[in-house]
Amino acid sequence: MTPDKQKMKITRIENGTVIDHINPGSALKVFGILGLDEDEESSITIAIRVNSGKMSEKDLLKIEDKFLTPKESAMIALISPRATINIIRSFEVDEKHPVELPEKLTGIFDCDNPNCITNQDREPVEPQFEVAEKEELSVRCLYCDNLMDEGQVTHQLIQES
Amino acid sequence: MPNTFEGTDFITIRDKTREELEIVMDKARQMEQYRNVGTDSARGHLMGTLFFEPSTRTRISFQAAMKRLGGDTVGFPSPEGSSVQKGETLADTLRTVSQYVDILVLRHPSEGSAKLAAELLDIPVMNGGDGSANHPTQTLLDLYTIRKELGKIDGKTITLAGDLRYSRTTRSLARALTRFDVELILNSPEQLKMKEDLLVELEEKGLSPKETNDLESSTAEADLIYATRIQKERFPDISEYKKVAHAYEIDKDLLEKNGEPLLLHPLPRVNEINTDVDDMDNTVFFNQAGNGVPVRMALISLLLDLPGR
Repeated sequence: MTPDKQKMKITRIENGTVIDHINPGSALKVFGILGLDEDEESSITIAIRVNSGKMSEKDLLKIEDKFLTPKESAMIALISPRATINIIRSFEVDEKHPVELPEKLTGIFDCDNPNCITNQDREPVEPQFEVAEKEELSVRCLYCDNLMDEGQVTHQLIQES
Repeated sequence: MPNTFEGTDFITIRDKTREELEIVMDKARQMEQYRNVGTDSARGHLMGTLFFEPSTRTRISFQAAMKRLGGDTVGFPSPEGSSVQKGETLADTLRTVSQYVDILVLRHPSEGSAKLAAELLDIPVMNGGDGSANHPTQTLLDLYTIRKELGKIDGKTITLAGDLRYSRTTRSLARALTRFDVELILNSPEQLKMKEDLLVELEEKGLSPKETNDLESSTAEADLIYATRIQKERFPDISEYKKVAHAYEIDKDLLEKNGEPLLLHPLPRVNEINTDVDDMDNTVFFNQAGNGVPVRMALISLLLDLPGR
């Protein structure tokens, strides 16, 4: 199959978002944490382990008429720190930027230590984390110091979405 | 030199430098002169003591420290009888009590509670123990005791023994020891090994502890042993507690056969230290508890920037 024919497999979108350079095998996780499902009215294209110049393989997600919030962008950065966001308007790339992992992650997911103050009923405090390790993701709760790895974070993000 | 402690909080050892720890210890040494006779530098100041968990030493020594400084204390020794019983949140209790006092000490079973208090309140907050996370003023008095008894902390081999998983005292102390040039031995049963996050943190700070469950060798190698109680109240599952409840015992015979290292314990002890060691010169845990007074006098003085610094 020629490269041109490969490209044709992924259709263009008129307006929406292309999340590119997702870690190979992670597109379905991104799909999950964005709260998407098969009942979406928008057209969605998922590409898993396609050839990439930048990475040897990558995943890709195109979502028609969807624009990401900063929180959604941070969630993607957690599980795929090299992903890029392309905002498409009238079939053209209007904006392109890498996802960015904020220094502090506030209110995105809960601490999995049940005894953490952020898990106590009615206390006015949001869970807050710092990134302890970027490559092999781990985050540290800024209240109880509890460390959570990528699996624990992703599991929760998908559960909650 | 300006007092950088003024108006700040004392929540975790994690954000404290060696220099800051030494400032408090130096100040505590100065406070020894007032330990029994008192002073009036805190006259008119009031400290809130909010203890949501039982405490003998921390609560009473904080109260003694404030009173020896000439100030006074208000608060409660347990949540029974407070509005918490009516369903009031910790945050609301804190915001209310802070209207009455100049400084506050909090002990609470939830990890991170003291940090929340510090964020909510304008007055200095001291962490008197938050769940199994931190007990930084205990660490101050532990360091002060080691320095007082052994002359210095650098160059010493220190064994932490017992419950290293749920113990907030060993967690805070291990963190503080990364600021010094020490060898660290961690002696515990498998189920009570130090949590991975702290081990990673110690490694990052250049302290590579040796983990073992051999009490003989970790006694023989140590200049001091810091023993801890196996804390029934921290176990999520009581059957797990029963498996390790009698995991170790330090007695006179063990100490005598292994070079008589200094023996510290944050107390209360249950059965991990035999009472036959009590008359030995190297067992200093009651003096250690006593050191809580000058150390807490020092901390209160610094946070309130009391005269006579």
